[in-house]
Amino acid sequence: MVQPAADNAGRPFQLPRRYRTIVSFSLIVIALAVLWESYKWMGQTTGGVWPGTSLGLPVRTNNRAMPHLWDIVAALFRPARRGGDEILLVTLLEAAMFTFRSAFAGFLVGSTFGFGLAIWFIRSPLAERGLMPYVVASQTVPLIAIAPMVVIWGGQAGLPTWLAVAVISSYLCFFPVAINSLRGLRSPPATATELMRSYAATPHEVLTKLQIPAALPFLFPALKIAATASVIGAIIGELPAGLSVGLGRALLSFASSFSSAPEKLFGAVLLSSLLGVLFVGLVALAERRLIPENRRIAEIPEFAT
Amino acid sequence: MTDFAVSLAAVSMIFETAGGSVHALDDITIDVRDGEFISLIGPSGCGKSTMLRLVGDLLVPTEGNVAVRGKTARQARLDREYGMVFQSSTLLEWRKVAANVELPLEIMGVPPEQRASRAREMLALVDLTGFEDNYPWQLSGGMQQRVSIARALAFEPSILLMDEPFGALDEMTRERMQMEVLQIQKQTGTTIIFVTHSIPEAAFLSDRVAVMSPRPGRIAEVIEIDLPKPRVFETREDPAFFAAVTKVRESLRGFEAFE
Repeated sequence: MVQPAADNAGRPFQLPRRYRTIVSFSLIVIALAVLWESYKWMGQTTGGVWPGTSLGLPVRTNNRAMPHLWDIVAALFRPARRGGDEILLVTLLEAAMFTFRSAFAGFLVGSTFGFGLAIWFIRSPLAERGLMPYVVASQTVPLIAIAPMVVIWGGQAGLPTWLAVAVISSYLCFFPVAINSLRGLRSPPATATELMRSYAATPHEVLTKLQIPAALPFLFPALKIAATASVIGAIIGELPAGLSVGLGRALLSFASSFSSAPEKLFGAVLLSSLLGVLFVGLVALAERRLIPENRRIAEIPEFAT
Repeated sequence: MTDFAVSLAAVSMIFETAGGSVHALDDITIDVRDGEFISLIGPSGCGKSTMLRLVGDLLVPTEGNVAVRGKTARQARLDREYGMVFQSSTLLEWRKVAANVELPLEIMGVPPEQRASRAREMLALVDLTGFEDNYPWQLSGGMQQRVSIARALAFEPSILLMDEPFGALDEMTRERMQMEVLQIQKQTGTTIIFVTHSIPEAAFLSDRVAVMSPRPGRIAEVIEIDLPKPRVFETREDPAFFAAVTKVRESLRGFEAFE
């Protein structure tokens, strides 16, 4: 194949954009790994103090507190339980799948509820004025306090436990979606609203033809936050639920055996954050398909309350 | 029943704001003839945009009466008598050019094929044939404004309300757009109420210019522009045009001295 030479003349070699993301991501992972291992090596060499001083390091560097990265990776491929034959990675993947089900359901319910709430608020200033303080206050109540109640109430109502967990997860999701959707629904300029009024458009037409399309670019950054929040919410929801599966359960039991097998807890943390990252990736993919590039909003605008 | 397109009788507008009440318009009385081109001119804060919004039933006057073709302003709006053009083109960025022009027709329940042909027709009128499938951001500012004029005319409103429509355009585009608007008015017979703060623009376009004074907004003087129609490129070089410009300018200066 003959490449048009003039195109690249005098310009430094550049990777296509999607590879650039992968390369920079990998570089950061490598840098973090190097940082971890060098800190550990330094501590081991100096006996736990900053070089040339007698000041202690903030985190101990022995294998109990900071296992080698390769030990963490190796632990993923060893049996999860002594005497068992299922390796830790498979156990964690199963746990992640279980948690993802609750997180995804929570994400759907929470985001839909948040968007619905935003629509209600722009239609009814009274509802907004009356309820907005509670919406904000809802996020200051510690989730860990609500979770047991929801699990108990859900049990009494005959909900399967994973669904009760989904409800807890949705509690974290609805807030960023509601706040950002509200902002997006209000984003059209006053003249656009006047224009619709001059066409004698019904409120429903204003909503579907003006406000909702205008809100979509604002929705996706909020959905990305909701995606990570949904995983966190599901994990926290699993803690009081007394489940024998799920990432919450795995984190809890590996935390209790941290002093004897720290790699397992680090492995579980790794898988939990990977789940969140994957979920955000899915939302980003949906955004890429649905919102033209020039309308995408890179960052979430500050919360205006 | 009158044969005036728009009649304002003793209209006053007071806005209640957090900082107290603002007297935006005071005792406005004026009749706009059918098919007339009338400009509202005055310094910022004289209430000319407010007056336009009262006619279009985007605001309701505190006192007085607005009649449009013998109806209330509200009824006229519900009957879709108004086309509106603002300083910013206000195109919906997620819609292609043709779909933007079709928006009002869609809301008015016009069937799709009719909408499409009407949009093509309107875009031809503003000289934008071939841009149907472009997105607004792919067009220059002047082209975007032409799309917004096409959109305003798509449903054949009898009155066009224009709020500084060419205020954001460069001088050359502006003069071309002025010619186009006059051309369109000649073809469609639409009554046009035009808000501007450009004296030559008002003089060139209008049959009459209403000069407004601020705080509270009043009509200081209504000036007849005696220039032959159709207005052409050479009109701007006509001594009568300079005379008209001078007349409007003098009238504006009359109250500026007291500010």
